[in-house]
Amino acid sequence: MRERLESLRTEALQEIQSATEMELIKELKVKYLGKKGELTAVLRGMGSLSAEERPVIGGLANEVRAALETAFAQKSESLETEELEAKLQSETIDVTLPGASLEPGSIHPLHSVIEQIEDIFIGMGFEIAEGPEVELDHYNFEMLNLPKDHPARDMQDSFYITPEILLRTHTSSVQGRTLLAKEGEVPVRIIMPGKVYRRDDDDATHSHQFTQIEGLVVDRGVSMGELKGVLLQLIQKMFGPDTEVRLRPSYFPFTEPSVEVDIYHPEKGWLEILGAGMVHPRVLEKAGYDSERYTGFAFGLGVERVAMLKYDIDDIRHLYNNDLRFLRQFKSV
Amino acid sequence: MLVSYDWISEYVDLTGITPEMIADELNRTGIEVEVIYTRDNGVSHVVVGHVLSVEKHPEADKLNITQVDVGSSEPLQIVCGAANVAAGQLVPVAIKGANLPGGIKIKDTKLRGVASRGMICSAKELGIPDKFLTEHQKQGILVLGRDAVIGQDIKEHLGMNDQVVELELTPNRSDCLSMMGVAYELSAIFNRELRLPERTEAISSTEKTRVEITTDLEEDCPFYAVQVVKGIQVGPSPQWLQNRLISAGIRPINNVVDVTNYVMIETGQPLHAFDLQTIPTGEIVVRRSRAGETVVTLDGVTRALDDETLLITDGEQILGLAGVMGGESSEVRSHTTTVLLESAYFDPTLICRASRKLGLRSEASNRFEKGIDPERILPALSGAVQLLQEVAGAQIGSDVIVERSGEIEEVTVSLRHDRLMKVLGTSISEEQVGDIFRRLNFSAHFDAEKKVYHVQVPTRRPDIQLEVDLIEEVARIYGYDRIPTTLPWGQQQPGRLTDSQRLRRKLRHLLIDLGLSEVLTYSLTSSKRGKEVGSLTPSTGLVRLAMPMSSEHAVLRTTLLPELIQTAVYNVKHGNEDLAIFEMSKVYVTQEKKLTELPEERLELAFLLTGDLRSARWNRQALPGGDFYVAKGIVQAIFERIGVANVEIQAASHHEGFHPGRTAELIYNGEVLGVLGQMHPQLAKQQDLKDTVVVQLDLERLQQAIQADVRYQAIPRFPAVTRDLALVVDKNVEAGVLEAGIHEVAGELLESVRLFDVFIGSQVGEGKMSIAYSLVYRAADRTLTDAEVTATHSKVVEHLQTTLGAVLRS
Repeated sequence: MRERLESLRTEALQEIQSATEMELIKELKVKYLGKKGELTAVLRGMGSLSAEERPVIGGLANEVRAALETAFAQKSESLETEELEAKLQSETIDVTLPGASLEPGSIHPLHSVIEQIEDIFIGMGFEIAEGPEVELDHYNFEMLNLPKDHPARDMQDSFYITPEILLRTHTSSVQGRTLLAKEGEVPVRIIMPGKVYRRDDDDATHSHQFTQIEGLVVDRGVSMGELKGVLLQLIQKMFGPDTEVRLRPSYFPFTEPSVEVDIYHPEKGWLEILGAGMVHPRVLEKAGYDSERYTGFAFGLGVERVAMLKYDIDDIRHLYNNDLRFLRQFKSV
Repeated sequence: MLVSYDWISEYVDLTGITPEMIADELNRTGIEVEVIYTRDNGVSHVVVGHVLSVEKHPEADKLNITQVDVGSSEPLQIVCGAANVAAGQLVPVAIKGANLPGGIKIKDTKLRGVASRGMICSAKELGIPDKFLTEHQKQGILVLGRDAVIGQDIKEHLGMNDQVVELELTPNRSDCLSMMGVAYELSAIFNRELRLPERTEAISSTEKTRVEITTDLEEDCPFYAVQVVKGIQVGPSPQWLQNRLISAGIRPINNVVDVTNYVMIETGQPLHAFDLQTIPTGEIVVRRSRAGETVVTLDGVTRALDDETLLITDGEQILGLAGVMGGESSEVRSHTTTVLLESAYFDPTLICRASRKLGLRSEASNRFEKGIDPERILPALSGAVQLLQEVAGAQIGSDVIVERSGEIEEVTVSLRHDRLMKVLGTSISEEQVGDIFRRLNFSAHFDAEKKVYHVQVPTRRPDIQLEVDLIEEVARIYGYDRIPTTLPWGQQQPGRLTDSQRLRRKLRHLLIDLGLSEVLTYSLTSSKRGKEVGSLTPSTGLVRLAMPMSSEHAVLRTTLLPELIQTAVYNVKHGNEDLAIFEMSKVYVTQEKKLTELPEERLELAFLLTGDLRSARWNRQALPGGDFYVAKGIVQAIFERIGVANVEIQAASHHEGFHPGRTAELIYNGEVLGVLGQMHPQLAKQQDLKDTVVVQLDLERLQQAIQADVRYQAIPRFPAVTRDLALVVDKNVEAGVLEAGIHEVAGELLESVRLFDVFIGSQVGEGKMSIAYSLVYRAADRTLTDAEVTATHSKVVEHLQTTLGAVLRS
């Protein structure tokens, strides 16, 4: 019996050791340790042993079983590891193939600029107002101290629909509407983005339709110093904290004093970026604000101009051609 | 306004001040300088020569051999091809080493065997633009006036060393439309002495030629002055005068016209010279035109007049358009000997209207419509008379005859010192302000007690009417850069977007994240395109521009789709065939045929898909862009993202521009939020587009459909049971109807229905469709038993079988 057990152990261990597949291990397990397995068969013969021999052989048999079980476990583990490794090996992919993610669309650069500027002003406590693009002459001109036959109307030849109705030539038209709606209340702090239209032939620097952002502040004691402060904030946030700014006196019928604001471009020199000024007392009075008690400032900025400068766009028509090869360059803005 | 540096230096001390410095300081103080240029065109080594003799070239018919004295010891022999060369002429000669515009260099050479030591130049060869030349001067060599000095540098003779500063004037600064005005400005900003020419008010005469002046309406022409000048010899002006006109951008014509132009540039007062012989009545009547009248202006154009153009007439004939342009009949010609010089003030509004209506802008109208300085009407007249005496041999033929109403008003404007500081946001001393007024040549009286300046505004500055105008004057001379920067301010308020603005931002970024690119197209479109696609809100007509610049941009759009389609067409043509684009903009609808009030502006969102949305993917199927269901998925994503539920999607076959069988209306609460569909194949074909789907949504209605109230619902605690349902139904049974039927019968136990397969083919039978759903059943308060689910599910099947003839697929 002892010999049989010993040889069974040797034989089984050898077979386990030389097995290369899990399937074989399973078979060997059945062969040696199964209910009809060899070890069981040996143990079944224990009955014929003497009382002295029985515990000794029993002990040996358990020893053999334990040894085989350990061997099976170890072998299984190593085979599993090998198999996993082989599987992983076979599953290796080419990580340099293109990704299958969805392609994001892109924001129109003009709207990107508008959103950025809106956020800057919201941060300074401004509201965003809007007004009609088809406007009454009254709001587009008269309320802004531009009576009919005013020479400054020439500066912006307009698209009229009827003698009293036109496409607004500037977002300044929203000034009168907003002030009237506020009914003399202060503080007024609004910006007004939107489309405007002028009789210009479309070329590299002109467009019959373009976009402006108007700003208006009315309160007690508003000064030119504050106008400078707010515009400086805007410019530094849009073009960087070190941007050089220059203010030049200018003329708009609805502001007095009036300012033209330039920023310094390292390659192009001084560039006009927006027009501004202290709200003309007549504009305040027409909208029902006492110009002795209240002062204000207004500014108007060309969104195309900002976008073109910020993104180095050389032709305004790109902004309206909507060529996807152009638009897709603004995915990350 | 073109400012000659030579000329302006005469009126203000500019010692040590360069044209560049002028430009910088003008820019800083409020007048934009466009450009500074020298008139020399790169010319050098060209001198005045005297043609001594002209002989035919022995070898060439068209060439002449000339001997030209250029002031050196020996005359130069020059071969010249110009037909107009003649002995005795004074001409510009480019000598050896000369540079001419276009990089031409002159050296000694031989022409057909004859030595030629230079070149006699034409005006063109000296780079003088055609617009400054008479017809005569455009041909052949330039023949100089007798005032040229032999050997003199041509640049000196022709004023080509002068530098010109071009001002871009805003409409309020009409005072700088004259050299005198610019001189005042420079004197103020550089704090330099003025040296304006002395002009007498009127030069009287013993001659008593009478001219009767009548003005119909005083306010149209409150001041009209004339003087007769006789014995004139019309001819070219002396070169110095021509040079100054050219620097000012005006073509010299003859001495009479040149003098009126010269004085206009000097003083800002336009003058006009009528040939007195053409005014037999000896009378001037200033009146408004009558509708139907016509006049031939100096430029030879016949102009039809309305009933409010101001005219100068002799009581019978029209002599000219007041303040805009003279008439051809009274024009000064070469044989004219006596002229009537006019200097007047016309109502700016009338002149502005006339010049706009006639489309006729002139140097005169430009000045009159902005308002001229009444104080200069008479000095300008006498200045012109004096100059005519100098350059045209003229004699005075009458006294100055004036017809005027009222006196020139004196304008005094007050400025409170504390108001000035408040508006500027800085402190500035009383002395500084006083000094600024002195520099501006404004006479100001300071009331030290009240701290108020009373400023008498000169008539040359009609733009200054209010206190705030003086504040600007002080500020600009003081320097905007010296005003300190401060930040606001008073009572604070939170800034924010409106609901509509927030919605637009949300939609914009959702669509971008879903892979669509934003475009921005024109609001103005053509009538044809405007009707291509139906609008969401009916409009009785298109809003039309009164005077469009082109038919392409003539009407306002009532839907965004046509321009979006054009954008697709453009991109496809340029090789971008796979497109997913959207736009959010306004459309304009009206219920009026002719606008009497503003049209309704409605915000619309439109998107367009064509080509493959995920094209050229190496490991997955392309996503067809022209697919209705892809677009529908995007619409549903929009609804989910902004919180719009219960939108019915109903087939609609009547939308202009859409495929009648592949279009749906999106309906919420009985109102059409939008339309989703395939572009009509005919329209797509016309535009060379493949299958294209388009969607338009009315943002206002969409916003109203938002259910903003978001509340947490308990997460289910009990398990769900899933049952599949595969049916064969008639092909034309709508999935929506099936789903509605399932919901109706299954009731509360049904948590969700998901379609997972649709198949049409011979295997399921002709006209039939196989459709498969996955139904999830769940109760909130218990675990459903198999029996419960089976009972409900069977009812569903039974219902679909009886109502829709559905057959359960095995």
